Amino acid sequence: MKLRLKIWRQKSQDSDGAFENYELDGVSSGMSFLEMLDFLNERLVSEGREPVAFDHDCREGICGACSLMINGAAHGPQQEVTTCQLHMRAFRDGDEICIEPWRSAAFPVLKDLITDRSALDRVMQAGGFVSVSTGGVPDANTIPVSKNLADLAMDAAACIGCGACVAACKNSSAMLFVSAKVSQLSLLPQGQPERGRRALRMVGQMDKEGFGHCTNTSACEAACPKHISVSHIARLNREYLKASLCGGEEELLSD
Amino acid sequence: MNWVGRLLTSSVGCKVLMAVTGAIMLFFLLGHVAGNLLVFAGADVINAYARGLRDYLPLLWLLRAGLLISFVLHVIAAIRLTRLSRRARPVAYQKQDLSGVSLNSRTMVLSGLVLLAFIIYHLAHLTFRLTHPAFASLDDYDVYSMLQISFQQPLLAFTYIISVALLMMHLSHGITSLFQTLGLNHTQYNGLIRCLGPALGLLLGLGFSSVPLAIMLRLLP
Repeated sequence: MKLRLKIWRQKSQDSDGAFENYELDGVSSGMSFLEMLDFLNERLVSEGREPVAFDHDCREGICGACSLMINGAAHGPQQEVTTCQLHMRAFRDGDEICIEPWRSAAFPVLKDLITDRSALDRVMQAGGFVSVSTGGVPDANTIPVSKNLADLAMDAAACIGCGACVAACKNSSAMLFVSAKVSQLSLLPQGQPERGRRALRMVGQMDKEGFGHCTNTSACEAACPKHISVSHIARLNREYLKASLCGGEEELLSD
Repeated sequence: MNWVGRLLTSSVGCKVLMAVTGAIMLFFLLGHVAGNLLVFAGADVINAYARGLRDYLPLLWLLRAGLLISFVLHVIAAIRLTRLSRRARPVAYQKQDLSGVSLNSRTMVLSGLVLLAFIIYHLAHLTFRLTHPAFASLDDYDVYSMLQISFQQPLLAFTYIISVALLMMHLSHGITSLFQTLGLNHTQYNGLIRCLGPALGLLLGLGFSSVPLAIMLRLLP
Protein backbone atom coordinates (compact mmCIF):
# COMPACT_ATOMS: atom_id res chain seq x y z
CA MET A 1 0.00 0.00 0.00
CA LYS A 2 1.05 3.52 -0.69
CA LEU A 3 -0.25 6.18 1.66
CA ARG A 4 -0.23 9.94 1.89
CA LEU A 5 0.09 10.93 5.53
CA LYS A 6 -0.71 14.34 6.91
CA ILE A 7 0.72 14.44 10.43
CA TRP A 8 0.70 17.15 13.09
CA ARG A 9 4.29 18.05 14.05
CA GLN A 10 5.06 20.17 17.09
CA LYS A 11 8.50 20.48 18.70
CA SER A 12 7.36 21.21 22.23
CA GLN A 13 4.44 22.40 24.31
CA ASP A 14 5.38 26.04 23.78
CA SER A 15 6.17 25.96 20.09
CA ASP A 16 3.67 26.30 17.25
CA GLY A 17 2.82 23.14 15.38
CA ALA A 18 1.93 22.50 11.77
CA PHE A 19 0.91 19.66 9.50
CA GLU A 20 3.58 17.89 7.47
CA ASN A 21 2.95 15.61 4.53
CA TYR A 22 4.67 12.26 4.05
CA GLU A 23 4.45 9.74 1.23
CA LEU A 24 4.84 6.20 2.59
CA ASP A 25 5.22 3.28 0.23
CA GLY A 26 5.40 -0.43 1.08
CA VAL A 27 2.84 -0.44 3.89
CA SER A 28 1.40 -3.93 4.47
CA SER A 29 -2.33 -4.29 5.18
CA GLY A 30 -1.38 -6.59 8.06
CA MET A 31 0.46 -3.85 9.93
CA SER A 32 -1.23 -2.23 12.91
CA PHE A 33 -1.65 1.54 12.68
CA LEU A 34 1.19 2.04 15.16
CA GLU A 35 3.43 -0.37 13.25
CA MET A 36 2.76 1.76 10.18
CA LEU A 37 3.98 4.79 12.18
CA ASP A 38 7.02 2.76 13.36
CA PHE A 39 7.69 1.98 9.71
CA LEU A 40 7.45 5.68 8.85
CA ASN A 41 9.76 6.57 11.75
CA GLU A 42 12.34 3.99 10.66
CA ARG A 43 12.39 5.68 7.30
CA LEU A 44 12.60 9.18 8.82
CA VAL A 45 15.49 8.14 11.08
CA SER A 46 17.38 6.57 8.19
CA GLU A 47 16.99 9.86 6.34
CA GLY A 48 18.34 11.68 9.37
CA ARG A 49 15.00 13.35 10.13
CA GLU A 50 13.18 13.64 13.45
CA PRO A 51 10.78 10.67 14.00
CA VAL A 52 7.10 11.33 14.80
CA ALA A 53 6.45 11.12 18.54
CA PHE A 54 3.30 9.23 19.58
CA ASP A 55 2.03 7.56 22.75
CA HIS A 56 1.81 3.77 22.98
CA ASP A 57 2.44 1.03 25.50
CA CYS A 58 0.75 -2.37 25.60
CA ARG A 59 -0.35 -2.41 21.95
CA GLU A 60 -3.11 -4.85 22.84
CA GLY A 61 -5.90 -2.36 23.47
CA ILE A 62 -5.95 -2.41 27.26
CA CYS A 63 -3.55 0.19 28.69
CA GLY A 64 -5.12 3.39 27.32
CA ALA A 65 -1.80 4.92 26.29
CA CYS A 66 -2.39 5.18 22.54
CA SER A 67 -4.51 7.95 21.18
CA LEU A 68 -4.62 9.78 17.79
CA MET A 69 -7.39 11.47 15.88
CA ILE A 70 -7.33 9.58 12.58
CA ASN A 71 -9.24 11.19 9.72
CA GLY A 72 -11.39 13.03 12.22
CA ALA A 73 -12.26 9.96 14.29
CA ALA A 74 -10.78 9.18 17.70
CA HIS A 75 -8.87 5.87 17.45
CA GLY A 76 -9.70 5.75 13.75
CA PRO A 77 -12.62 4.58 11.64
CA GLN A 78 -13.33 1.24 13.34
CA GLN A 79 -15.80 0.88 16.22
CA GLU A 80 -14.68 -0.32 19.66
CA VAL A 81 -11.02 -0.48 18.73
CA THR A 82 -8.01 1.43 20.06
CA THR A 83 -5.45 2.86 17.62
CA CYS A 84 -3.00 0.06 18.44
CA GLN A 85 -5.58 -2.56 17.48
CA LEU A 86 -6.53 -0.78 14.28
CA HIS A 87 -4.97 -2.42 11.25
CA MET A 88 -4.03 -0.99 7.89
CA ARG A 89 -6.54 -3.25 6.15
CA ALA A 90 -9.10 -0.67 7.29
CA PHE A 91 -7.52 1.68 4.70
CA ARG A 92 -7.03 1.47 0.96
CA ASP A 93 -4.06 1.95 -1.30
CA GLY A 94 -3.63 5.65 -2.11
CA ASP A 95 -5.61 6.90 0.92
CA GLU A 96 -4.75 10.19 2.53
CA ILE A 97 -4.71 9.84 6.30
CA CYS A 98 -4.85 12.90 8.54
CA ILE A 99 -3.33 12.23 11.99
CA GLU A 100 -3.83 14.75 14.80
CA PRO A 101 -3.31 14.70 18.57
CA TRP A 102 -6.32 14.85 20.95
CA ARG A 103 -7.42 18.49 20.99
CA SER A 104 -8.46 19.83 24.37
CA ALA A 105 -7.36 22.67 26.62
CA ALA A 106 -7.05 20.04 29.35
CA PHE A 107 -4.73 17.89 27.19
CA PRO A 108 -1.82 20.14 26.17
CA VAL A 109 0.27 18.81 23.29
CA LEU A 110 3.74 17.88 24.58
CA LYS A 111 5.31 16.86 21.27
CA ASP A 112 3.88 15.94 17.88
CA LEU A 113 1.01 13.56 18.67
CA ILE A 114 1.68 13.16 22.39
CA THR A 115 -0.64 14.98 24.78
CA ASP A 116 -0.46 15.31 28.55
CA ARG A 117 -3.53 13.49 29.86
CA SER A 118 -2.66 13.79 33.56
CA ALA A 119 -5.80 15.92 34.01
CA LEU A 120 -7.65 12.59 34.06
CA ASP A 121 -5.30 11.33 36.78
CA ARG A 122 -6.05 14.40 38.89
CA VAL A 123 -9.78 13.76 38.48
CA MET A 124 -9.15 10.22 39.76
CA GLN A 125 -7.10 11.50 42.69
CA ALA A 126 -9.98 13.79 43.63
CA GLY A 127 -12.36 10.90 44.30
CA GLY A 128 -11.86 7.84 42.14
CA PHE A 129 -10.98 5.49 44.95
CA VAL A 130 -12.50 3.38 47.75
CA SER A 131 -11.46 3.02 51.38
CA VAL A 132 -10.51 -0.50 52.40
CA SER A 133 -9.84 -2.08 55.75
CA THR A 134 -6.32 -3.34 56.08
CA GLY A 135 -5.58 -6.55 57.91
CA GLY A 136 -6.26 -10.15 57.09
CA VAL A 137 -7.52 -11.16 53.69
CA PRO A 138 -11.34 -11.26 53.76
CA ASP A 139 -13.12 -14.40 52.61
CA ALA A 140 -14.30 -14.32 49.02
CA ASN A 141 -17.93 -13.40 48.40
CA THR A 142 -18.60 -12.20 51.94
CA ILE A 143 -20.33 -9.13 50.49
CA PRO A 144 -23.31 -10.08 48.36
CA VAL A 145 -23.45 -8.25 44.99
CA SER A 146 -26.23 -8.94 42.52
CA LYS A 147 -25.12 -10.28 39.14
CA ASN A 148 -26.78 -7.38 37.30
CA LEU A 149 -25.00 -4.72 39.32
CA ALA A 150 -21.70 -6.56 39.09
CA ASP A 151 -22.08 -6.69 35.31
CA LEU A 152 -23.01 -3.02 35.11
CA ALA A 153 -20.06 -2.01 37.28
CA MET A 154 -17.81 -4.20 35.15
CA ASP A 155 -19.05 -2.48 31.98
CA ALA A 156 -18.08 0.87 33.51
CA ALA A 157 -14.77 -0.51 34.74
CA ALA A 158 -13.85 -1.38 31.15
CA CYS A 159 -12.84 2.31 30.74
CA ILE A 160 -9.11 2.48 30.02
CA GLY A 161 -8.88 6.25 30.48
CA CYS A 162 -7.53 6.93 26.99
CA GLY A 163 -9.41 10.22 26.61
CA ALA A 164 -11.12 9.39 23.30
CA CYS A 165 -14.40 10.65 24.77
CA VAL A 166 -12.84 14.05 25.39
CA ALA A 167 -11.25 14.06 21.95
CA ALA A 168 -14.48 13.17 20.13
CA CYS A 169 -16.76 15.53 22.07
CA LYS A 170 -17.43 18.86 20.38
CA ASN A 171 -17.18 20.43 23.85
CA SER A 172 -14.11 18.47 25.01
CA SER A 173 -16.22 17.12 27.84
CA ALA A 174 -14.82 14.38 30.07
CA MET A 175 -18.25 13.34 31.33
CA LEU A 176 -18.08 9.81 29.87
CA PHE A 177 -14.75 9.15 31.60
CA VAL A 178 -15.86 10.62 34.94
CA SER A 179 -19.24 8.88 34.77
CA ALA A 180 -17.62 5.50 34.09
CA LYS A 181 -15.40 5.88 37.15
CA VAL A 182 -18.21 7.18 39.38
CA SER A 183 -20.56 4.42 38.16
CA GLN A 184 -18.06 1.66 38.65
CA LEU A 185 -17.50 2.60 42.28
CA SER A 186 -20.96 3.81 43.30
CA LEU A 187 -22.70 0.68 42.00
CA LEU A 188 -20.76 -1.61 44.30
CA PRO A 189 -21.06 -1.91 48.11
CA GLN A 190 -17.34 -1.19 48.52
CA GLY A 191 -17.82 2.27 47.02
CA GLN A 192 -20.62 3.44 49.32
CA PRO A 193 -18.68 5.30 52.07
CA GLU A 194 -17.37 7.96 49.66
CA ARG A 195 -20.32 7.87 47.28
CA GLY A 196 -21.58 11.44 47.69
CA ARG A 197 -18.31 13.28 47.94
CA ARG A 198 -16.83 11.20 45.13
CA ALA A 199 -19.38 12.59 42.66
CA LEU A 200 -18.96 16.15 44.00
CA ARG A 201 -15.17 16.10 43.97
CA MET A 202 -14.64 14.36 40.66
CA VAL A 203 -17.02 16.75 38.88
CA GLY A 204 -15.39 19.67 40.71
CA GLN A 205 -11.94 18.61 39.55
CA MET A 206 -13.24 17.93 36.03
CA ASP A 207 -14.51 21.52 35.80
CA LYS A 208 -11.27 22.86 37.27
CA GLU A 209 -9.22 21.08 34.61
CA GLY A 210 -11.05 22.99 31.90
CA PHE A 211 -13.08 20.22 30.28
CA GLY A 212 -16.31 21.34 28.59
CA HIS A 213 -19.87 20.42 29.52
CA CYS A 214 -22.00 17.56 28.25
CA THR A 215 -24.61 18.35 25.59
CA ASN A 216 -25.74 14.73 25.28
CA THR A 217 -24.68 14.26 21.66
CA SER A 218 -23.37 10.74 22.41
CA ALA A 219 -20.30 11.31 20.22
CA CYS A 220 -18.24 9.95 23.14
CA GLU A 221 -20.08 6.64 23.22
CA ALA A 222 -19.49 6.17 19.49
CA ALA A 223 -15.77 6.94 19.84
CA CYS A 224 -15.14 4.93 23.02
CA PRO A 225 -12.96 1.89 22.25
CA LYS A 226 -14.58 0.09 25.20
CA HIS A 227 -18.12 1.15 24.26
CA ILE A 228 -18.91 2.77 27.61
CA SER A 229 -22.60 3.72 27.49
CA VAL A 230 -23.85 7.29 27.98
CA SER A 231 -26.32 5.82 30.49
CA HIS A 232 -23.42 6.15 32.93
CA ILE A 233 -23.55 9.92 32.34
CA ALA A 234 -27.18 9.92 33.47
CA ARG A 235 -26.07 8.01 36.57
CA LEU A 236 -23.33 10.57 37.25
CA ASN A 237 -25.85 13.40 36.89
CA ARG A 238 -28.12 11.60 39.33
CA GLU A 239 -25.30 10.94 41.81
CA TYR A 240 -24.13 14.55 41.59
CA LEU A 241 -27.62 15.98 42.05
CA LYS A 242 -28.38 13.67 44.94
CA ALA A 243 -25.10 14.53 46.66
CA SER A 244 -25.68 18.25 46.09
CA LEU A 245 -29.28 18.30 47.25
CA CYS A 246 -29.01 15.98 50.23
CA GLY A 247 -25.93 15.41 52.20
CA GLY A 248 -22.89 15.54 50.00
CA GLU A 249 -21.94 18.89 51.52
CA GLU A 250 -21.85 17.43 55.03
CA GLU A 251 -19.56 14.74 53.80
CA LEU A 252 -17.29 17.34 52.26
CA LEU A 253 -17.19 19.43 55.42
CA SER A 254 -16.48 16.47 57.67
CA ASP A 255 -13.17 15.54 56.08
CA MET B 1 -26.40 28.10 50.87
CA ASN B 2 -22.89 27.20 49.86
CA TRP B 3 -24.19 24.11 48.10
CA VAL B 4 -26.52 26.13 45.87
CA GLY B 5 -23.63 28.21 44.57
CA ARG B 6 -21.48 25.17 43.97
CA LEU B 7 -24.28 23.31 42.24
CA LEU B 8 -25.14 26.19 39.90
CA THR B 9 -21.54 27.03 39.03
CA SER B 10 -20.62 23.42 38.24
CA SER B 11 -21.05 22.26 34.65
CA VAL B 12 -23.46 19.54 35.73
CA GLY B 13 -25.54 21.92 37.86
CA CYS B 14 -25.64 24.50 35.08
CA LYS B 15 -27.01 21.85 32.73
CA VAL B 16 -29.58 20.88 35.37
CA LEU B 17 -30.65 24.52 35.44
CA MET B 18 -31.06 24.44 31.65
CA ALA B 19 -33.06 21.21 31.88
CA VAL B 20 -35.42 22.49 34.58
CA THR B 21 -36.02 25.87 32.93
CA GLY B 22 -36.42 24.12 29.57
CA ALA B 23 -39.04 21.81 31.08
CA ILE B 24 -40.96 24.79 32.49
CA MET B 25 -40.98 26.44 29.07
CA LEU B 26 -42.07 23.15 27.49
CA PHE B 27 -45.13 23.01 29.76
CA PHE B 28 -45.93 26.59 28.74
CA LEU B 29 -45.61 25.66 25.06
CA LEU B 30 -48.02 22.75 25.51
CA GLY B 31 -50.60 25.16 26.96
CA HIS B 32 -49.80 27.73 24.28
CA VAL B 33 -50.34 25.34 21.37
CA ALA B 34 -53.62 24.07 22.86
CA GLY B 35 -54.84 27.68 23.06
CA ASN B 36 -53.72 28.41 19.51
CA LEU B 37 -55.65 25.50 18.09
CA LEU B 38 -58.88 27.11 19.32
CA VAL B 39 -58.58 29.29 16.24
CA PHE B 40 -60.00 26.39 14.27
CA ALA B 41 -63.12 26.44 16.47
CA GLY B 42 -63.93 29.92 15.17
CA ALA B 43 -63.43 33.58 15.97
CA ASP B 44 -65.78 33.60 18.95
CA VAL B 45 -64.04 30.73 20.72
CA ILE B 46 -60.47 32.04 20.43
CA ASN B 47 -61.53 35.59 21.28
CA ALA B 48 -63.44 34.34 24.33
CA TYR B 49 -60.33 32.37 25.31
CA ALA B 50 -58.20 35.55 25.06
CA ARG B 51 -60.73 37.45 27.17
CA GLY B 52 -60.85 34.55 29.64
CA LEU B 53 -57.07 34.68 30.11
CA ARG B 54 -57.23 38.38 30.96
CA ASP B 55 -59.89 37.66 33.59
CA TYR B 56 -57.22 35.91 35.62
CA LEU B 57 -54.74 38.76 35.32
CA PRO B 58 -52.82 38.21 38.62
CA LEU B 59 -52.42 34.51 37.82
CA LEU B 60 -51.43 35.36 34.26
CA TRP B 61 -48.70 37.69 35.47
CA LEU B 62 -47.48 35.08 37.96
CA LEU B 63 -47.13 32.59 35.12
CA ARG B 64 -45.51 35.19 32.92
CA ALA B 65 -43.01 36.05 35.66
CA GLY B 66 -42.12 32.36 36.10
CA LEU B 67 -41.75 32.01 32.37
CA LEU B 68 -39.60 35.12 32.05
CA ILE B 69 -37.30 33.98 34.87
CA SER B 70 -36.98 30.53 33.30
CA PHE B 71 -36.25 32.07 29.93
CA VAL B 72 -33.57 34.42 31.25
CA LEU B 73 -31.90 31.67 33.32
CA HIS B 74 -31.99 29.31 30.32
CA VAL B 75 -30.23 31.87 28.14
CA ILE B 76 -27.66 32.83 30.81
CA ALA B 77 -26.81 29.18 31.48
CA ALA B 78 -26.52 28.54 27.74
CA ILE B 79 -24.13 31.47 27.27
CA ARG B 80 -21.99 30.41 30.21
CA LEU B 81 -21.76 26.76 29.15
CA THR B 82 -21.07 27.63 25.52
CA ARG B 83 -18.24 29.93 26.54
CA LEU B 84 -16.76 27.21 28.78
CA SER B 85 -16.89 24.71 25.96
CA ARG B 86 -15.35 27.09 23.44
CA ARG B 87 -12.49 27.56 25.87
CA ALA B 88 -12.17 23.80 26.34
CA ARG B 89 -10.98 23.35 22.74
CA PRO B 90 -8.75 26.29 21.77
CA VAL B 91 -7.27 24.53 18.73
CA ALA B 92 -9.82 23.03 16.36
CA TYR B 93 -9.33 19.77 14.50
CA GLN B 94 -8.29 19.92 10.88
CA LYS B 95 -10.79 17.16 10.30
CA GLN B 96 -13.55 15.94 12.60
CA ASP B 97 -16.09 13.29 11.76
CA LEU B 98 -19.41 14.32 13.27
CA SER B 99 -21.54 11.99 11.15
CA GLY B 100 -22.72 10.06 14.21
CA VAL B 101 -23.88 13.21 16.00
CA SER B 102 -27.40 14.41 15.25
CA LEU B 103 -27.83 17.73 13.45
CA ASN B 104 -30.29 18.88 16.13
CA SER B 105 -27.81 18.40 18.95
CA ARG B 106 -25.06 20.21 17.05
CA THR B 107 -27.21 23.22 16.22
CA MET B 108 -28.73 23.91 19.64
CA VAL B 109 -26.90 27.23 20.02
CA LEU B 110 -27.88 28.35 16.52
CA SER B 111 -31.54 27.28 16.81
CA GLY B 112 -31.61 28.84 20.29
CA LEU B 113 -30.31 32.19 19.02
CA VAL B 114 -32.82 32.31 16.16
CA LEU B 115 -35.60 31.43 18.60
CA LEU B 116 -34.46 34.23 20.90
CA ALA B 117 -34.80 36.73 18.05
CA PHE B 118 -38.13 35.19 17.03
CA ILE B 119 -39.56 35.37 20.55
CA ILE B 120 -38.65 39.06 20.82
CA TYR B 121 -40.41 39.74 17.52
CA HIS B 122 -43.35 37.51 18.44
CA LEU B 123 -43.90 39.42 21.71
CA ALA B 124 -43.68 42.77 19.90
CA HIS B 125 -46.07 41.44 17.26
CA LEU B 126 -48.91 39.76 19.12
CA THR B 127 -48.43 40.60 22.81
CA PHE B 128 -47.42 44.27 22.68
CA ARG B 129 -48.89 44.83 19.18
CA LEU B 130 -46.16 47.17 17.99
CA THR B 131 -45.58 45.87 14.49
CA HIS B 132 -48.94 46.30 12.78
CA PRO B 133 -50.64 49.75 12.94
CA ALA B 134 -53.85 48.08 11.73
CA PHE B 135 -54.20 46.38 15.14
CA ALA B 136 -55.02 49.75 16.74
CA SER B 137 -58.49 49.83 15.23
CA LEU B 138 -59.31 46.34 16.54
CA ASP B 139 -61.07 45.38 19.72
CA ASP B 140 -58.62 44.44 22.52
CA TYR B 141 -59.62 40.79 22.45
CA ASP B 142 -60.02 40.35 18.72
CA VAL B 143 -57.21 37.82 18.40
CA TYR B 144 -58.86 36.25 15.38
CA SER B 145 -58.65 39.41 13.25
CA MET B 146 -55.10 40.04 14.41
CA LEU B 147 -54.08 36.60 13.17
CA GLN B 148 -55.96 37.07 9.90
CA ILE B 149 -54.28 40.43 9.22
CA SER B 150 -50.85 39.04 10.11
CA PHE B 151 -50.73 35.69 8.41
CA GLN B 152 -52.38 36.76 5.17
CA GLN B 153 -48.91 38.25 4.61
CA PRO B 154 -47.01 35.21 3.26
CA LEU B 155 -43.64 36.59 4.38
CA LEU B 156 -44.76 36.80 7.99
CA ALA B 157 -46.45 33.40 7.84
CA PHE B 158 -43.26 31.85 6.47
CA THR B 159 -41.18 33.56 9.17
CA TYR B 160 -43.39 31.95 11.80
CA ILE B 161 -43.34 28.54 10.12
CA ILE B 162 -39.54 28.53 9.76
CA SER B 163 -39.11 29.63 13.38
CA VAL B 164 -41.44 26.84 14.48
CA ALA B 165 -39.37 24.37 12.45
CA LEU B 166 -36.29 25.51 14.37
CA LEU B 167 -38.25 25.19 17.61
CA MET B 168 -39.03 21.63 16.57
CA MET B 169 -35.32 20.88 16.08
CA HIS B 170 -34.45 22.54 19.39
CA LEU B 171 -37.08 20.54 21.27
CA SER B 172 -36.31 17.23 19.56
CA HIS B 173 -32.88 17.23 21.13
CA GLY B 174 -33.75 19.27 24.21
CA ILE B 175 -36.61 17.16 25.55
CA THR B 176 -34.72 13.87 25.32
CA SER B 177 -31.57 15.54 26.61
CA LEU B 178 -33.24 16.98 29.70
CA PHE B 179 -34.10 13.51 30.95
CA GLN B 180 -30.46 12.48 30.62
CA THR B 181 -29.28 15.67 32.36
CA LEU B 182 -31.65 15.15 35.27
CA GLY B 183 -30.43 11.56 35.55
CA LEU B 184 -33.86 10.18 34.67
CA ASN B 185 -32.99 7.07 32.74
CA HIS B 186 -33.86 3.43 33.03
CA THR B 187 -33.49 0.65 30.50
CA GLN B 188 -37.22 0.09 30.74
CA TYR B 189 -38.01 3.64 29.63
CA ASN B 190 -34.96 4.69 27.57
CA GLY B 191 -36.65 3.82 24.26
CA LEU B 192 -39.65 5.93 25.20
CA ILE B 193 -37.47 8.87 26.30
CA ARG B 194 -35.50 8.72 23.04
CA CYS B 195 -38.75 8.97 21.06
CA LEU B 196 -40.36 11.56 23.32
CA GLY B 197 -38.21 14.48 22.13
CA PRO B 198 -38.74 14.05 18.39
CA ALA B 199 -42.43 13.08 18.90
CA LEU B 200 -43.34 16.03 21.15
CA GLY B 201 -41.22 18.34 18.99
CA LEU B 202 -43.08 17.24 15.87
CA LEU B 203 -46.47 17.50 17.58
CA LEU B 204 -45.77 21.03 18.81
CA GLY B 205 -44.28 21.97 15.45
CA LEU B 206 -47.37 20.80 13.55
CA GLY B 207 -49.68 22.46 16.07
CA PHE B 208 -47.94 25.83 15.96
CA SER B 209 -47.37 25.93 12.22
CA SER B 210 -50.94 24.88 11.38
CA VAL B 211 -52.32 28.34 12.31
CA PRO B 212 -50.17 30.56 10.04
CA LEU B 213 -50.35 27.91 7.32
CA ALA B 214 -54.13 27.66 7.43
CA ILE B 215 -54.57 31.43 7.40
CA MET B 216 -52.03 31.95 4.62
CA LEU B 217 -53.85 29.39 2.48
CA ARG B 218 -57.20 31.11 3.32
CA LEU B 219 -58.57 27.93 4.87
CA LEU B 220 -60.18 29.88 7.71
CA PRO B 221 -63.27 32.07 7.19
